Amino acid sequence: MTNIDVNLISEGIKKAIDKISCEVEPSCAEAISQARDAEKNATTRFALDVMCKNIEYAKSAHLPVCQDTGMVVVFLRIGQDVNLTGGFLDDAINGTVREAFAPLRKSVLDPVSRVNTKDNTPAVIHTQIVKGDTVQAEIMLKGFGSENMSALYMLNPAQGLETAKDLIVDTVRKAASNPCPPVIIGVGLGGTFEKCAEMSKHALFRQIGSENPDPVLNSLEQELLDRINSLGIGAQGFGGATTALGVFIESYPTHISSLPVAVNVLCHCSRAAKFTVDKGGLRYE
Amino acid sequence: MSEIKLNMPFDKSELKKLRAGDNVLLSGEMFVFRDAGHKRLFASIEAGKPDIDFVGETVYFMGPCPAQKGQIMGSCGPTTSCRMDKYTPYMFDHGLCAQVGKGKRSAECVEAFKRNGGVYFAAIGGAGALYSKCVTDVKEICYPDLGTEAIRRITVEDFPVVVAIDSLGGSVYGE
Repeated sequence: MTNIDVNLISEGIKKAIDKISCEVEPSCAEAISQARDAEKNATTRFALDVMCKNIEYAKSAHLPVCQDTGMVVVFLRIGQDVNLTGGFLDDAINGTVREAFAPLRKSVLDPVSRVNTKDNTPAVIHTQIVKGDTVQAEIMLKGFGSENMSALYMLNPAQGLETAKDLIVDTVRKAASNPCPPVIIGVGLGGTFEKCAEMSKHALFRQIGSENPDPVLNSLEQELLDRINSLGIGAQGFGGATTALGVFIESYPTHISSLPVAVNVLCHCSRAAKFTVDKGGLRYE
Repeated sequence: MSEIKLNMPFDKSELKKLRAGDNVLLSGEMFVFRDAGHKRLFASIEAGKPDIDFVGETVYFMGPCPAQKGQIMGSCGPTTSCRMDKYTPYMFDHGLCAQVGKGKRSAECVEAFKRNGGVYFAAIGGAGALYSKCVTDVKEICYPDLGTEAIRRITVEDFPVVVAIDSLGGSVYGE
């Protein structure tokens, strides 16, 4: 067994939040800059230019890029040969979220009473046991202007992939200007109700421009991206060529009775990071 | 693209000249609040004692980040306006001049803008850090227990927005 201190994981999360609250994920920042250079609609180009300037200013002045510093989502792949030490994992993560959010917006509240937790806890923590002796962490600050535009459909097998594709495009069409386009679309195909939603969130960690290793899903991603961009919604919904920067799909076998489809929408301010903890310590990607 | 400079509170005849797609730099004072602020304000209106007087005013849908070192106001970009649609016709029918937010509005809101010569401006969603530079003063007005959702009044200088829906119902969102 390899001992890994949970405080090292929470230290990684703290450093990640400090950085990504102020810095848009680099492949996303680059894609927005390219979209600006290619945009012909003057109003939309103005909006994209403001976005680019904001991303640069937030990074250089180390200020939160968006006032919605989101809800913290963490995916942890924990090697089964890892022995977690130093306390309870969830407590360590929420402790670090509390600390990291002192200067950030507290956006988390009880869904029934609507009373704010005042420290942005709890984080949403997904853990998976994998082979090996390391802990791989992925962390995202997820804003809810875009989260609110997400959807999940439980289709009949007879409706098939064509209906799934139509619904994915339609979800983006209906979201229109609300999720701060250009958006990034995470899609879950298959699994169960909750597995499908989880895949659609995890897909959002892909880098803009990266290919899906599955050639069938890769061409599906391309087809969906083309269809979404032909909607003409454009940055901020002002019309234009770039409605989405990427469509990323994860799939999992499902039941003979169903075709679950989840669409998770992310705004143009992707704030995500990855790191690994092993016996040598903390390593960022 | 040339920009129109306007001062708040607005001269309504200036608002009437604006057309969807115009770039505007706003200066002056406006109220700031969002979901929970609207809910509580409307409870006070229903009780017959409105907590703020919004006649002739502008409301910006925004819940700021805390101010960082050396800042008056933290990151302060717009939030999604359609969540405030249900409150909007009443506010324009009772004297509100303009709103600033992001995203499309309901048909009822567009009718209220037309009926009252009101304008809806879109700020650029996500540009929170940049907008914080335009804020020169902040006053806490009411509901401090709501934290980021409290009602504030801010003074801005050259705050960049786009006319999203004009007083004739023209819209930058098409249709």
